[in-house]
Amino acid sequence: MPSASPAPSTDAPSRPASGESSGTAAATGPVLAVEDIHKRFGEIEVLRGISLEAHTGDVVSILGSSGSGKSTFLRCLNFLETPTAGTIRLHGEEIRTRRDRSGALRPASHGQLVRLRTRVGMVFQQFNLWPHMTVLDNLTEAPRRVRGLGRTDAIRMAEALLEKVGLADRRDYYPAHLSGGQQQRAAIARTLAMDPEVILFDEPTSALDPELVGEVLAVMEALAEEGRTMLIVTHEIGFARDVSTRTLFLHEGRVEEEGAPETVLTHPDSERLRKFLARHLH
Amino acid sequence: MNVDVMIGALPKLLEGAWLTLQLLFISGFFGLLLAVPLAIARASPHAAIKALPYAYIFFFRGTPLLVQLFLVYYGLSQFAVVRESPILWPILREPYWCAIITFALHTAAYIAEILRGAIQAVPPGEIEAARALGMRRSTTMGRIILPRAARIALPAYGNELILMLKGSALASTITLLDLTGMARTIIARNYMPLETFLMAGLIYMAITFVLVRGLRFIEHRVNAHMRPRPTGPAKATEEAPAGLMPPS
Repeated sequence: MPSASPAPSTDAPSRPASGESSGTAAATGPVLAVEDIHKRFGEIEVLRGISLEAHTGDVVSILGSSGSGKSTFLRCLNFLETPTAGTIRLHGEEIRTRRDRSGALRPASHGQLVRLRTRVGMVFQQFNLWPHMTVLDNLTEAPRRVRGLGRTDAIRMAEALLEKVGLADRRDYYPAHLSGGQQQRAAIARTLAMDPEVILFDEPTSALDPELVGEVLAVMEALAEEGRTMLIVTHEIGFARDVSTRTLFLHEGRVEEEGAPETVLTHPDSERLRKFLARHLH
Repeated sequence: MNVDVMIGALPKLLEGAWLTLQLLFISGFFGLLLAVPLAIARASPHAAIKALPYAYIFFFRGTPLLVQLFLVYYGLSQFAVVRESPILWPILREPYWCAIITFALHTAAYIAEILRGAIQAVPPGEIEAARALGMRRSTTMGRIILPRAARIALPAYGNELILMLKGSALASTITLLDLTGMARTIIARNYMPLETFLMAGLIYMAITFVLVRGLRFIEHRVNAHMRPRPTGPAKATEEAPAGLMPPS
């Protein structure tokens, strides 16, 4: 069964030149290496063996119809869902797992899991900002409580990040007082505040009004240009084509097609991807 | 109806009201302390952890407060261990502490159940966000789940506090001269139940009024995020280009 062959780095000829981070990338292996991930919910096998490698600066877009398992796959990478089988390596370090009594896989070490999560950030479809905290507090919370950063340092960093996503004047607002696009930009800044090496985006624009999608995509594009390593589950075909360095098309828990976005998205091999694109490109 | 009798009873009744407030707030404080771990355990997905708080809550909600009070006040002193203990006996021979202990255990069960519902009402996405950022379970509980749950639980908690205010009248059955107990003592002398109980009732109402206002004030304070922005224009929640509104 053709699970995605992790093609080593030849697939991204048009990778955006990134200043500091791409220099170190050549020396080391992939940042994130995922092998043969399976996930089963009861009788239903949602993921049937997905593999993926992401090197520093890679922007991997993951497409697929509803139910193809793309969100589940992403959530397995930081163990918000525990995969039924498969391995996940961050900088070559395998996340150790054990089977609990019900047979489900669990992270063996909570400390290692926490370390994984601080290094692999996630942006959610529903933003999931904490409503009882101001935007600034949303940003400083994890750096202070998880990384042990001091208050003043955390605030200084948070302010710089808010500047970056264009929300400097919203630092004392509560999430409910922001538009959806602003909330998602704040949520991206909150993830950036942990300075993650990989960022997972789970349909970051799907809950937004169409006119607010652009501002979020612009922030994400800027991050890609910085050389950030990003995995993006999205329905924005145009964005995937323009910004990502590699595209995966999932169908029923398997990688149906994979490659450079300009190839995959303009000359799809499979009938399924052709139909999918026809539905999403009006 | 004799207004002079009502006014004449006032000083003694206020003395009783002071005891009522002590019973309410001291038992309320310890009840709250006990309720938090009970609620956390009760909201756990593990059956073994859930079982103990479940049994506790089932007992205290399933039996009358008066029965619980009698069990503590009359029941515990049956045990020689209690009577001979240098720590337990000085406390448990006092009706004051018996009332406070019973009320605290009783209200803890109700608060725990309110808080359990509130913990489970915190949107899972907000908890996932904390986990995805690497927060440990205890940090997530202390920084995200409990602060959110407390805000959700506050209106129901206010209701419980008011119920306990009136439940504290049962303290009068174990010789305590709380507001109700004091009223009964006065009536034993003046034979004016209408005036005296009416006055006591008015004081209960006054305390309830202050409690309600105080709780509303706290709710207002901790729910700033649910109000429209105080400084901005009325439609501050809607789209406005960055820079249009002044930062607060």
